[in-house]
Amino acid sequence: MTDLKIKIENLYKVFGANPQSMLKHIEQGISKKDMLEKHGHVLALNAINIDIPARGISVIMGLSGSGKSTLIRHINRLIEPTSGKVIIDGENILSMKKKQLLDFRRYKASMVFQNFGLHVHRTVAENAAYGLIIQGKSKNEAKKLSQKWIERVGLGGFEDHYPSQLSGGMQQRVGLARALATDAEILLMDEAFSALDPLIRTDMQDVLLDLQEELHKTIVFITHDLDEALRLGDRIAILRDGAVIQQGNPQDIIMQPANDYIADFIQDINRGRVLRIKTLMTKGKTVAGPNLVQHRTLEDALTEVASSENKACNVTDNKGEVLGSITLDQIISGLVRVKLESNTETRYH
Amino acid sequence: METILNWLTKFPALDRESLRDIKKAIDSSFRDFSREFGESLETFFEPLLWFLVGLEKLLLATPWPIIIIIIAGLAWLGSRSIKIVVGAVISFLLIGFFGMWDDTMSTLAIISVSTLVCISLGIPLGILMARSNRMQSLVTPILDIMQTIPAFVYLIPVVMLLGIGKVPGLIAVCIYAIPPVVRLTNLGIRLVDKEALEAANAFGATYKQRLFGVQIPLALPNIFAGINQTIMMALSMVVITSMIGVAGLGVPVLRSISNQYLALGLMNGLAIVALAIIFDRVSQSYGKRLQKHRVGEQHD
Repeated sequence: MTDLKIKIENLYKVFGANPQSMLKHIEQGISKKDMLEKHGHVLALNAINIDIPARGISVIMGLSGSGKSTLIRHINRLIEPTSGKVIIDGENILSMKKKQLLDFRRYKASMVFQNFGLHVHRTVAENAAYGLIIQGKSKNEAKKLSQKWIERVGLGGFEDHYPSQLSGGMQQRVGLARALATDAEILLMDEAFSALDPLIRTDMQDVLLDLQEELHKTIVFITHDLDEALRLGDRIAILRDGAVIQQGNPQDIIMQPANDYIADFIQDINRGRVLRIKTLMTKGKTVAGPNLVQHRTLEDALTEVASSENKACNVTDNKGEVLGSITLDQIISGLVRVKLESNTETRYH
Repeated sequence: METILNWLTKFPALDRESLRDIKKAIDSSFRDFSREFGESLETFFEPLLWFLVGLEKLLLATPWPIIIIIIAGLAWLGSRSIKIVVGAVISFLLIGFFGMWDDTMSTLAIISVSTLVCISLGIPLGILMARSNRMQSLVTPILDIMQTIPAFVYLIPVVMLLGIGKVPGLIAVCIYAIPPVVRLTNLGIRLVDKEALEAANAFGATYKQRLFGVQIPLALPNIFAGINQTIMMALSMVVITSMIGVAGLGVPVLRSISNQYLALGLMNGLAIVALAIIFDRVSQSYGKRLQKHRVGEQHD
């Protein structure tokens, strides 16, 4: 979990007629608004520094226009940055030659798109095999290798259908199978589930989590949906106006939002279902009471804590070792929303 | 005072002499050019001439029932529609019955060859245009000129260069008929879904893999619409090419204009229309059949 896979360093992206000429204004700390009004350039990404660990799901979240889709396209260099570095496994992909870059895209990073990006003139089987064909594998081999993934995402029997004959959820399964079939270590998902109905979206999130449990890929997931970010993310980075305003563990972001914008953002989430007892426990203190595993949510633990004799439980790690304890009062205070305006001290440390 | 008034009422044009000199200079330099290169250009186009003459001879030498069977077969391959096949067969039978068989075969030959030339030049040009905006802004005005300049105007230099005959006729047809296939190839490629193309990029496709694997297949319906238009425009040139000595249905039409033969003009004109309709229906339904992946669009 801790080894670094992708390191984005001081990345800037300016859209406009002469992006390089804007760099000196950026150094002077120009705002996005000023750059657009005075110079007619759009500052899409501003001093992005993100570390993405291997074998986890890192979510980059932001509203539309925050630059998140631009950012993910820098990771496989579909978009060239104005300045900065994207280091993957110690190699800066921005200094790669054309051939190296093609190989990087073929073997190391695959991508899933918001509107699926399927090739409508290919069948499900041909779409799923596309990455392998591009790698240069023979038709038969590509078909054989991709068949496993078609079945794995639940599309067995639909091989000869065309994308237009499938529902949105099924089309995105094809997109997922295509991305998985190349066996790339890095999976880039650009709002992959955003175009789907809520129920199907949850379904697909389950599919992804399920796959991840087995595959342990490095997944970069872009979304505008906070619930989705919290559900999937091992880490979350929140993007606003092209800059990262907070990044870290989801639990930390909820407990300590960096500013009012984020506090406002997390207002409406169901804290009881997102926060885990480990986040709120008092470390090291043990109580006389039942043991609960650390990753249980507050909602999940509430009845047991409430019905215990001392209104308190011990929190253990996955092996049963006691880490600390949690009381009913702590749970209740955890369920209370962070108030805006007041209470600023606790929010800003 | 008077000179100013004169200057205002009469456009300050070049005087007649200098104008004449300019025209003369252009004419004589082009004449020199055609003397210098006319022959080598003719040799350059010779294979095309052989092809055209060969095809025409073949069509004329083949017994008519075989031609009709071949046409029915092609119509079936293209359209998979009995209605179109029957329509085509009846049209050709009528054409033969009214004594226009030979002219129709000549016209078929020149239309086929010019369409092939237009496709083999037009599609690559359209691909280049889709690849760069500069190319597009360079080629578009040329295509505009080719489509709007009166055919008689470009017939002059073509005839000066190559004389009267089949090849200049073929070139005139191609100048007029190539723009649609170029334009629609360009348009079709540019209209290809951005995300489908981006997906190809993200998986490491090269330019060639993108072009042949994604762009052209997805642009095919538009490219086919362009080919269809090119055939139609080539047919509409039949009468004009007959003025510079191309055999075919245009010749009797031309004769009937100068002699006021209403029936002859009408019959041959209708034969051209019949050819146009057959070509149009067959190529259109073939274009539609290429989109078999859209068949299930409405069902979920």
